[in-house]
Amino acid sequence: MKIQQLSLFLENAPGHLASPCAVLADAGFNILTLTLADTQGFGILRLILREWEQAQRLLEKSGFVVKVTDVVAVQVEDRPGGLRKLLQIVEQAGVNIEYMYAFTVRCGGKAIMVFRLDHTDQGIAALLGSGARVLSATELYALAG
Amino acid sequence: MSLKWNDHNGCFHPDSAFDFLPGEQLRALQLQRLRATVERTYSNVEFMRKRMDAHGVRPEQLRTLDDIRRLPFTDKIDLRDTYPYGLFACPMSEVVRLHASSGTTGKPIVVGYTQGDMETWKNVILRSLAATGMHRGDILQNAYGYGLFTGGLGLHYGAEALGATVIPISGGNSDRQIMIMRDFGVTAISCTPSYFIHLIEHGASMGVDLKTLPLRIGIFGAEPWTEEMRCFIQREANIRAFDIYGLSEIIGPGVGIECTCQNGLHIFEDHFLFEILDPKTGAPVPDGEEGELVLTTLSKQAMPILRYRTHDITRVIPEQCDCGRSIRRIARISRRSDDMLIIRGVNVFPSQIEAALLKVEQTLPHYQIIVRREREMDEMEIRIEVTAEVFSDRVSEIERISRRLSHAVESTTGIRAKISLVEPQTIQRSEGKARRVLDLRKLDDPKNPL
Repeated sequence: MKIQQLSLFLENAPGHLASPCAVLADAGFNILTLTLADTQGFGILRLILREWEQAQRLLEKSGFVVKVTDVVAVQVEDRPGGLRKLLQIVEQAGVNIEYMYAFTVRCGGKAIMVFRLDHTDQGIAALLGSGARVLSATELYALAG
Repeated sequence: MSLKWNDHNGCFHPDSAFDFLPGEQLRALQLQRLRATVERTYSNVEFMRKRMDAHGVRPEQLRTLDDIRRLPFTDKIDLRDTYPYGLFACPMSEVVRLHASSGTTGKPIVVGYTQGDMETWKNVILRSLAATGMHRGDILQNAYGYGLFTGGLGLHYGAEALGATVIPISGGNSDRQIMIMRDFGVTAISCTPSYFIHLIEHGASMGVDLKTLPLRIGIFGAEPWTEEMRCFIQREANIRAFDIYGLSEIIGPGVGIECTCQNGLHIFEDHFLFEILDPKTGAPVPDGEEGELVLTTLSKQAMPILRYRTHDITRVIPEQCDCGRSIRRIARISRRSDDMLIIRGVNVFPSQIEAALLKVEQTLPHYQIIVRREREMDEMEIRIEVTAEVFSDRVSEIERISRRLSHAVESTTGIRAKISLVEPQTIQRSEGKARRVLDLRKLDDPKNPL
């Protein structure tokens, strides 16, 4: 049920975002979704892509510091209150959300959110127990075509 | 560690006998050699004769060792001004070897050796290695650069003379360094300490844990390093790490080395006379107090050097060493008088920054200190390459590391520095030594090597 996310350290300066993207583009890897956390001094680029293992090796070979983190992809009703319902489930389970972002593809008119949780397994159990739809890596990659 | 370590207790190479010369005999030998050196310099080196004349001193005025204070100093600039052969005291037909500094600015510094000088060099290297417990049967991976740099070839002949097996691998190509270290049963290595730390990490990335290899001795020098680095190296590679000291202007490596007591560096006083002076006044400091190391060669023929200002800050350790050597020791050189940065009136040394970074990260990251003057205010920035060990996908975690680094630097130096985390491999490296300090305050000074 866990999805592997790659995180890259980037300096917050012009041109620094383009270079890992170029590495992935040259290898023909399609980025399914990404988010950039930025501070004044540095940024963390978080990526989800099907070929994450090869991409990790390739990026490391190109000199990037890469970290693999387990995240959870969950279907969200694309209407007011849809996200709130999910957040309540996670909160009630005592699981903390480190950060979250939306997926670019949709699943049958529904949105997909990516959660980075402090206790991933506990969070997945709570979501499943409350009837939320958690996507497996296979399902997610299939959606992206 | 003790299982792997074998220092052949009480077993000394016969050439090490001079390390144990009684003080009185040593001083008599020094005086005799000093007189010969000064006479040779005065008669054969025009540049030095003129300087001594201008100083009003003649060789025959040297009656005691203390009379050395009458002699003028030599500084690096003198070697540049007399480029290439202006300080040679013999015809070129007697010079069998030339070395040169890499020369980051302008002309390099050229040094020459007669056959006799090569024997002296071999002798001090042999005695250096013997003092660390190395002996016949050891396999030395000499990863100092071979070529114009004195490190590689300097170590090479002394190690062979000791009877060790020398692998002249030179610097670079870390994959091959690790492969040969493992496959050839290497027991000793010589290189810069920062390169060896890199090799520990590189070995780990290749699945080779240096701790499991027969390697037992490391000879590290050519750059200042710290006790923290020694602890790290000894722990992570399960070897004993020894500090070797030298400089091309004097002979190259082999001016001094730590013995197995690892408590200060013995200077080979039968070949090199040392003084410790106040860098500002040039007056000797009391025994045990810090000052600048000033060296005079006692045996060099091709290029005798009188009272060379090393700009290295150290102190003499007057007590007799537990190893029994009578030649005196100096403390580890952790800083240079010209390395010192004065930031907002506070003296800051790169070695302090290094110690602070090591406190937070377990291994020393590649770093660079940048000093700028913004609106008449000195600002220190420390650029630190992010490693896989400290990187996290969470902003808060990286900010926490950054704050800890900043705090460590401030509590060590008293100066608040801006910590900038940068991507790996972005700090410029040269010959295995990263350019540690970039002082941008002196951009208009033509002498500043930028």
